[in-house]
Parts: sequence; structure tokens; C-alpha cells
Amino acid sequence: MAAVRLHSLQAWLREFAKLIAENKDYLTQLDSAIGDADHGINMDRGMRAVVTVLDNEEFTRVADLFNKVGMTLVSSVGGAAGPLYGTYFLRFGINAGDVAELNAARLGEAFLAGLEGVVARGKPEPGDKTMFDAMAPATSAYNAAIDSGHELAGALQQARAAAEQGRDDTIPMLAKKGRASYLGERSIGHQDPGATSTALLFAAAAAALP
Amino acid sequence: MKKLINAPDAVVGEALLGMEAAHPELVVDHELQIIYRGDAPVAGKVGVISGGGSGHEPMHGGYVGMGMLDAACPGAVFTSPTPDQMLAATKKVDAGRGVLHVVKNYTGDIMNFEMAAELAVAEGIEVKSVITNDDVAVEDSLYTAGRRGVGVTVLLEKTVGAAAEQGRSLDELAALGEKVNSNGRSMGMALTSCIVPAAGSPTFDLGDDEMEIGIGIHGEPGRYREPRGTAAEIAERILAPVVGDFPLQRGDTVLAFVNGMGGTPLLELYLMYGEIAKLLDARGIQIGRSLVGNYITSLEMAGCSVTLLRLDDELTELWDAPVNTPGLRWGV
Repeated sequence: MAAVRLHSLQAWLREFAKLIAENKDYLTQLDSAIGDADHGINMDRGMRAVVTVLDNEEFTRVADLFNKVGMTLVSSVGGAAGPLYGTYFLRFGINAGDVAELNAARLGEAFLAGLEGVVARGKPEPGDKTMFDAMAPATSAYNAAIDSGHELAGALQQARAAAEQGRDDTIPMLAKKGRASYLGERSIGHQDPGATSTALLFAAAAAALP
Repeated sequence: MKKLINAPDAVVGEALLGMEAAHPELVVDHELQIIYRGDAPVAGKVGVISGGGSGHEPMHGGYVGMGMLDAACPGAVFTSPTPDQMLAATKKVDAGRGVLHVVKNYTGDIMNFEMAAELAVAEGIEVKSVITNDDVAVEDSLYTAGRRGVGVTVLLEKTVGAAAEQGRSLDELAALGEKVNSNGRSMGMALTSCIVPAAGSPTFDLGDDEMEIGIGIHGEPGRYREPRGTAAEIAERILAPVVGDFPLQRGDTVLAFVNGMGGTPLLELYLMYGEIAKLLDARGIQIGRSLVGNYITSLEMAGCSVTLLRLDDELTELWDAPVNTPGLRWGV
């Protein structure tokens, strides 16, 4: 089975940065409807900082790469997205460990560790209208696909599709976390910006990792 | 967008350059974006720091100095600062008696300060946090991120800062912070929206003939959007939920704080204060102390908020204690 090497993981991060940059205004526009109109701006600032790190530093271990990426996001994004995405990549890296590549099953474990980090930091429940609502189904879909014998590329496509479905499913939800929660009923009918950027994370994985 | 800026991305950094130039008694770390009082760490004193998104000036940087904060960490406009800022500030202001973090209840602020506190504790510094959540406009805290921290934050930084100058311990300051927060309530309203420089367009739309009652300091929607009213009507509309939430009793004494959101003239704020004073008098509530002006703002938003803090002798004495900061200064 194909393994994911460090350069592929870096390509994932670069692709995520590209998708965030392309969708910067869209994410900010979604956030201005139910939040504070800064999600695209903040994520773009953070991922540009990550790309600068990738351009300037050599990595030989997955753990080191994601520790640096996590700390870069924590110190450059701010808001809630900084600690949440930062914790995601920190835990992803700790789980991946001192290795130069991940096989498909180990990648799934790292996705899950990242998800658990987000849960520990933000304490979301399913249906709260947060990034968790895209991240949890994407992670489950990936691991279920690998368990049932799919190849890496196919499993990543299923993760991407599940993240996008999860993103769309946030539209009718009543927000219970973050600034959107202050809207109460008025949050219904709007797509969650955090779930939207998380769908881009898995779209980037499907495009860059196989 | 018409603003007195050079470039949207440079607003906070360039404002800090101006802050440093105007207030040589402060020390600014431009790389990490931290404002320190010049004599930090102050021997024998618990350090008190705060931080939050920019755009609420003078909060928090304007409250750095004797009698209030030892350091403030500004984030990007309306965006929480980051843990590396709070960690560096915590380490620098610690004089060996620990550091208190004053945190407003917003998801991002809570998470970033939490990460910073974990990192500081790992480095052997004693840290406690006090969270402000005084905005009664948020009705159902069970199903939301909870009440937002607004006007009480200013009053807490003043009173807890004064207590820190007296040499009180970290535990005592944390308990005092809880006391201030639990004895304060606020509610705000907006007549106009505001423009985040990096976004370039108004955060929300509000018609010429509309107002938002219960607005948050980042333009978060309030309880009601309704046709705009007179000052007397607005005063009752925002004061009644505040008084009712305590509930305050006839004979209670309060600090009455009428705050401008940034785009409302002091002339109108004093007019509003007059209305608020009349309404408090009619309810038999005494005004022990007052504060009127722009102290916790929302960029150029027009509107105001009212905060009441129930006073006892301890809080009155701490409020009256000397303070020497860019934003509040008396007794020195």
C-alpha cells in the first residue's frame, strides 16, 4: 500500500494554503453573516506563515513538521481558529511521531488524533455548527474506507465528500458555540465558516496526498 | 472605506508605534505586540495582564500603568491575541508572586489564554484567570458561548489593579475579580455598524432608521432590531434588562458607567447619562460613582452601553485609589 511521504504532507499544507487564499473573501463573507468577519483573513495570514516556514526550513520527521506548523498557526491566526487548527496539527504530529512517512492506516490515526485535539480544546458537540461537523464525518469516512479495503486515494475522496456534506449540513443548524451562538435562531440558514475551511483542508488532502 | 490609516494590515503595529511615542512611560514590544508598564516587573506585586482584539481602545493597552495592568496583549482588530504574546507578557511581569489573566468571555480569547496559562504553568509560573461575562443581552447562556465580557472588564481592571498595588495575593485578586464580575451587568446598543480595516466593508447592515439593542462590541447581533427611538426610550430599553438581571434593590448603590462605542460624541453620552441617572433615581438606586466616555469601543460604531457595578466600601475604595494610565488617570 502506498505510503504518504513528507513531501506529500508538505504539498497538502501548500494546497490548503492555496485554497484558503482563493477562498479568503468567501470565508470572511460567511463569517460576517454569523461571526465577526475575520475567518478568511486570519486563516490566510496563518497559512501564509506556514508556507514561509515550508519555504525556509528542512524537515525530516513528520512530528517536527506538524509541531512547527501547529505552533506557527497558534501564534499567527488568533481568534478561535488559531488554537483549534494549531491544536489539530500539533496532535496530528505527536500521533504521527518520529517517522518520515505514514501508511494509509497511520494517516487515519493521525487525522483522529487531530480531531480529538479539537474536541479537547473547543469542546464541540455534534450539531453545534462548528468545524467539528465537517471534521468528524471526514475522519470517520476516511477510516471506514481504509478499514473496508479502499486505497488511499479513494479513502481521501470519501473524506473530502464527507467534509463537504458536513459543511453543507451546518446550514440548517442552530449555532451553539462561538460568536455565531449569540445569533440564536438567526444563525439558522447560514453555512459555518469553520466547517467550510475544514472542508478545504480535506479537499487539499484529496488533491495533494495520494 | 475612509480611515486614518496607511495600510489595512499595518493598523495595529503602527498604532503601537504611536502609543509608544505618546507614552514614554510605557514599553512596547513591537515584535510580539505587547504593551508593558515601564517598571514591570514590580517587586512584591502580583502581575495583572489582559488582552484582546484591537479596535476597543483605550481597552486594553490604554489601561497599562500604575493601578491597573502590568501588560496588555493586543490582537488583530476584533481577533484574540495569541498564546505566545500572553506567555511572554506573563513571564516578564511575574515578580515571583504569580500573574492574573483578565479574560473576556469569547471563545477565541478563552482558548488562547488557556493555552498561554498551560505553557506558563509548565514553566513554573503561578497563573490564575478571571473571566468577565457581564453582557445581559445574551439571554440563554446554556445554548450559547455564554455572556460576553464587556464594560465590567474596564471596572475590573481598575479595581483589581488597585488591589494588586496594595500587595494582595494572587488568590485574593482572583476572588476579588470574581466579586467584581458577579456584581456587574451591562447592555449595549448600536446606531451604526463599523468597518474592520482588513475587511473594508461594514460588519453588519443597519438601516438609517434602525437600531440594534443588545449589540456586542464586535458587532455581534443583539436581542432586537427596531426602529430608532429617542435617548429616553433607548435608556429605558438598555437599563431595564441590566437592573432586572441582578436584580438591584431600592437602596443599592452602584457605579454607573455610560460608555461610548467610538462614534458617538461625548455630548450625546452625557445626555444619555442624564437619562440613565433619572431612571436609576426613579428606581431608588443610588449612584455612588460614575464614569462617562469612550472606554471600551467598537471602532467607529455609533451607540453606547450602560454598565452598573454594585458598590460596597471595598469596591468604592479600590475605584478611588490612584491610577496612572493613558486611559484612566486620577489621584497622581
